[in-house]
Amino acid sequence: MRNLFSRTLQTTIIFLVVGGVLALALGGYFSSASNVFTGSLINVQTWFSSRFVALQDFLTAPRDVASLRQRNIELESEVSELQAQVIQLQQQVGETEILAALVDFSRARSENSYQAAAVIGRDPSPFLRYVIINVGSNDGILRGMPVVTDQGLVGRVDAVIADAARVQLITDAASDVNVRLQNAETDASLIGSVTGDVTLDLIPQDVPIEVGDLVLTSGLGGGYPPDLIVGQVVNIRSRDFDLFQQATVQPVVDFNRLEIVLVIINFKPVDFSPLIPAP
Amino acid sequence: MRNLVAAPVILLAVMVQSAIVSRIYLLSGIADLPLVMLAAWALQGEVNTAWHWAVATGLLVGFVSGIAWFVPAIAYLIVIILAQLLQRRVWQAPLLAMFVVTFLGTIVLYLLSFATLRLSGVPLELSDTLGLLALPGLLLNLLLAIPAYAVMRDLSRWVHPPSEVE
Repeated sequence: MRNLFSRTLQTTIIFLVVGGVLALALGGYFSSASNVFTGSLINVQTWFSSRFVALQDFLTAPRDVASLRQRNIELESEVSELQAQVIQLQQQVGETEILAALVDFSRARSENSYQAAAVIGRDPSPFLRYVIINVGSNDGILRGMPVVTDQGLVGRVDAVIADAARVQLITDAASDVNVRLQNAETDASLIGSVTGDVTLDLIPQDVPIEVGDLVLTSGLGGGYPPDLIVGQVVNIRSRDFDLFQQATVQPVVDFNRLEIVLVIINFKPVDFSPLIPAP
Repeated sequence: MRNLVAAPVILLAVMVQSAIVSRIYLLSGIADLPLVMLAAWALQGEVNTAWHWAVATGLLVGFVSGIAWFVPAIAYLIVIILAQLLQRRVWQAPLLAMFVVTFLGTIVLYLLSFATLRLSGVPLELSDTLGLLALPGLLLNLLLAIPAYAVMRDLSRWVHPPSEVE
């Protein structure tokens, strides 16, 4: 009986002590002590955790970096390949568009036979405006054949070897093309220059010409077929004391971006030189 | 056998000139890569085959170009003569010699081209030729002179290793 009483008393005291401690703790009386305690626990746990993470990183990270680097290299290689493909496809689209325009042009002028050629170079001398194309006598190209694009006249073949030819552009200083003004119905001479500008000369003073007039080949002289578009008049120089008017012409062909051209292979240029009396 | 290296180098220079350099205009002027490379090659101390290079390059450029074949051949030979003369006099300042040879060589080439074309009846304006063609071309050649000299110096050392020179 005595033992039972003492146990009950112990239990009650324990409950009271625990309850009191809890009540004090809930009342905030142990906050500083509990802060120190929990802070110590958290510090210890942080220390363990950080050491574990460090150890884990040490054991696993090198493998991950190596695999990531490998993967990065693979992806970079793939990106490079795709970029190259994109550039190649863009180039093919550009060439296809040019070729489609040239096919349309040749269909529209079915009286002529054409040989397509790529421009592979330009004259090394800055004094001359020539381009080199990748077709030659093996493809039926002869000296004097006219060269055009879908936009208009480019020039004519100046020299030929087996698989290449040199084309004199109409912008060359030595180039001289007989042309006519569509609106004015008059003939003139189109002359190139060392700077690449083209000028109309030998226009009679009494012929009215206007800015915007279309310039076409006349076919006179037998050097070029008639009615090929050359350009448009952009500036007129007419002075009273000159025998002829002059005009600056903007060619329809962009000679700086010449990539693919057509050679008219069924045109036979006429050589008048034997008929010209020697001085 | 050492002279054989001239063939690919000259071919490459003329191809690059025709395919790339001739498309890069400053006003109406373009650089002349074969001329600059010849000048740089002739200024290398160990080189004694510059004459062969000049003749081969001149004939090749004359073949590709619409200008008379002898114009580049003569002009490039004059470049070699200038380079050989200057190499003996200002050998301690190779870059200065390079600029001088490039400058004089370009002027010689342009004068010869201009005279030949005028004599053949091409209507060239002197003012246009000078302002829009010669001066920009000269500037481009001078810009090209430094890298060309470095490349040809390396090529010269590769073809003529120092131990064999001694």
